[in-house]
Amino acid sequence: MDYSGNGKQFSGKVVTVTSGKGGVGKTTLTANLAAALAADGQKVVCIDGDIGLRNLDVVLGLENRIVYDLVDVVEGRCRLRQAMIRDKRLPELYLIPAAQTRDKNAVSPSDMIRLTNELRPEMDWILIDSPAGIERGFRNAIAPADIVLVVTNPEVSAVRDADRIIGLIEAEEKGPARLVINRIKPAMVKRGEMLSMEDVLELLAIELIGLIPDDEGVVTSSNRGNPIAIEGKSKAAQSFRNIAQRLQGHKVPFLELQEDGNLFGRLARLLRPGGN
Amino acid sequence: MSNFLEKLFRREPNSASQAKERLKLVLIHDRTDMAPGTLEEMKDELIAVISRYVDIEPEAVRIDMTQDGREQRLIADIPLRPAKRRRP
Repeated sequence: MDYSGNGKQFSGKVVTVTSGKGGVGKTTLTANLAAALAADGQKVVCIDGDIGLRNLDVVLGLENRIVYDLVDVVEGRCRLRQAMIRDKRLPELYLIPAAQTRDKNAVSPSDMIRLTNELRPEMDWILIDSPAGIERGFRNAIAPADIVLVVTNPEVSAVRDADRIIGLIEAEEKGPARLVINRIKPAMVKRGEMLSMEDVLELLAIELIGLIPDDEGVVTSSNRGNPIAIEGKSKAAQSFRNIAQRLQGHKVPFLELQEDGNLFGRLARLLRPGGN
Repeated sequence: MSNFLEKLFRREPNSASQAKERLKLVLIHDRTDMAPGTLEEMKDELIAVISRYVDIEPEAVRIDMTQDGREQRLIADIPLRPAKRRRP
């Protein structure tokens, strides 16, 4: 499926990353997706929607460059451009940070729609990192969305919350959401001690757009403020890049995560486009 | 070998299938906002209403919630008693 508006001008797409449950990897996905899209030559701005608990700035390694934030823009204390921090590692990657000292009610869904409409003509992608939960911050994050990505982990609590969020996204007519299953441990799945991708898909019954293995490299890259998707060689890094490819409308097979994959899996890996 | 013995004597199904089965039920109730007890209550009322029109076997009635993609479906299986024929 082609999610992009290829060839059209002024066609910036708004992609919201959400999950319901906290700590499943929303911010990490947003940062890596933004980096991967920007590395593909796309113009990308990511917005931290978690007002009061900002984090996207540290994961991207841009925390020391913040002057203005999202609430400053909404309340007219600065122009939109002034709040956009440019990432120097990539040609066109920008961050609009969340306010840290304000509460989530400082921004409304219509503020978010207005803001993103101002960004659409200039950008290819506008990524919004939603806060956990189903309250104001979540409503703000999905209000302007063209595409909603729901992140989950293969655990009972995360899957249950993902299902709830998927229902709310449908109710807001922002669906169907696309699923990202994060932190899969292939060895545990093999032993029957972790829900498999198939199990999660059967339960949630939405289209899969990303499958990311559990990887210590994701933590170390966050420690450095250097998203793994920029030049990481691991399967996790490749998985993030593959999601960016799928958003751009390319058909990319899902990585075979099991080490001793069958012949088909090994072939799929050999043939996958965009490898290192 | 120890793995084999463990499997041989294990009574519980593995935790992934337990997680899946538990989630199936939880999601059905989350999605419909219907408490597990409500289904039983509804079943009794349905039996009462249908019995006014046709002869049914109340003990054999089954009402279940099933999942079809993201749609929830209420499936009722209501066996009818054969009509008592009059002798010619």
